[in-house]
Amino acid sequence: MTGTHSALRLGLAGCHSCQLLLRVPARVRSSTLRCPRCGAVVHPRKPRSLSRTWALLLAAYVFYVPAMVLPITRITTLGRLQEDTIMSGVVYFFQSGEWPIGLVIFVASVFVPVLKLLILSLLAVSVQWRSQWRPRDRTRLYRITEMVGHWSMVDVYVVTLLVALVKAGALASIEVGPAAFYFASVVVLTILAANAFDPRLIWDALEEAA
Amino acid sequence: MNASLIACPDCDLLQHKPLVPPGGVARCRRCGAGLYRRVPGGVDRTLALALAGLVLFAVANLFPLLSVRLGEDLVSATLAAAVKALWDQGELALAGLVAGTCIVAPLLVLLSILYVFAPLHFGRLPPAVAPVVRSLHAFQAWNMMEVFLLGILVTVVKLAKMATILPGPGVVAFFMLIFLLAAAATAMDTEAVWARIGIR
Ligand SMILES: [Zn+2]
Repeated sequence: MTGTHSALRLGLAGCHSCQLLLRVPARVRSSTLRCPRCGAVVHPRKPRSLSRTWALLLAAYVFYVPAMVLPITRITTLGRLQEDTIMSGVVYFFQSGEWPIGLVIFVASVFVPVLKLLILSLLAVSVQWRSQWRPRDRTRLYRITEMVGHWSMVDVYVVTLLVALVKAGALASIEVGPAAFYFASVVVLTILAANAFDPRLIWDALEEAA
Repeated sequence: MNASLIACPDCDLLQHKPLVPPGGVARCRRCGAGLYRRVPGGVDRTLALALAGLVLFAVANLFPLLSVRLGEDLVSATLAAAVKALWDQGELALAGLVAGTCIVAPLLVLLSILYVFAPLHFGRLPPAVAPVVRSLHAFQAWNMMEVFLLGILVTVVKLAKMATILPGPGVVAFFMLIFLLAAAATAMDTEAVWARIGIR
């Protein structure tokens, strides 16, 4: 009975927490299924996975705009105010010859969030269209988005350290810009979106077609 | 239910539990997801790492991570001071996020490991072990210390031209704790916990 079928097709579900295999009752929607071993609430598929993923992704797209456009730091040096966005920080590192650090910031703050948003959108669309295209690679893409997402927090941490170290100095003062909040929100929203997406839906479309 | 069967968490394929050598990882044969790991001696190793981790956590949080010398002024920043600096600027959500991902999450990881694996070392299970193990995975997911370390590196480069940067003792402990938590995560044998609970 094992080999090509999903557990759900055979009326079974694995507990996401302790991996115990449970029998799914016929009316699973009305009853909450609890794992008899670890007590976790077991969903054969994450509930409302696609609509939750889309909602979180849309919010992340919207927040990404102010995160890029607004300043992330406001530095006052000897009475002169300088506002920096995430991109101007990257450009500064490249121009001053510190291109390895510039590259790190660019990848973590610009490339990774955009990549993560696009991959999750692609996955959600492919599931919605019941696509049968390369399920193994799509599952792998999903695992990548789960892994890389939190590296985007690096800019938020840099701002945190700058604020702590340059505070109350006679030469300069530094303030957190509004982009820091929007940017941190994008990171958190994409992490939540990846959690909301259920990669098992990718494989359901294949089994329905078979 | 047949205990030799497992459903893949990523693709839901029902399959026989693959045999794995000690220290190996069982993978789903359809999508390649990691299913489980066999960790011989994992309980004691996890416990030892968490105990050492608690000491490092204290050092990392009590001592400055970085100091900046600007002329006569020397400003040192601990992790808590950095969070407080955000808070003082009215960035309450950011302060909460930084504290949550770099102080609270790693501390909860260490404490829940101790709570679960110290009794397990003596062949016992603590009360409410299941919810603690479940939360442990969530705490691990929100621990972002390694990203903070990259942030420290970027900050050093950024300030190096304007001021003298001195690493504090906290940063060494912080660095070591990251590796220690990663080692604890690989040694952690949650299967040993579930196997002991049995089905009520
Ligand atoms: Zn699989």
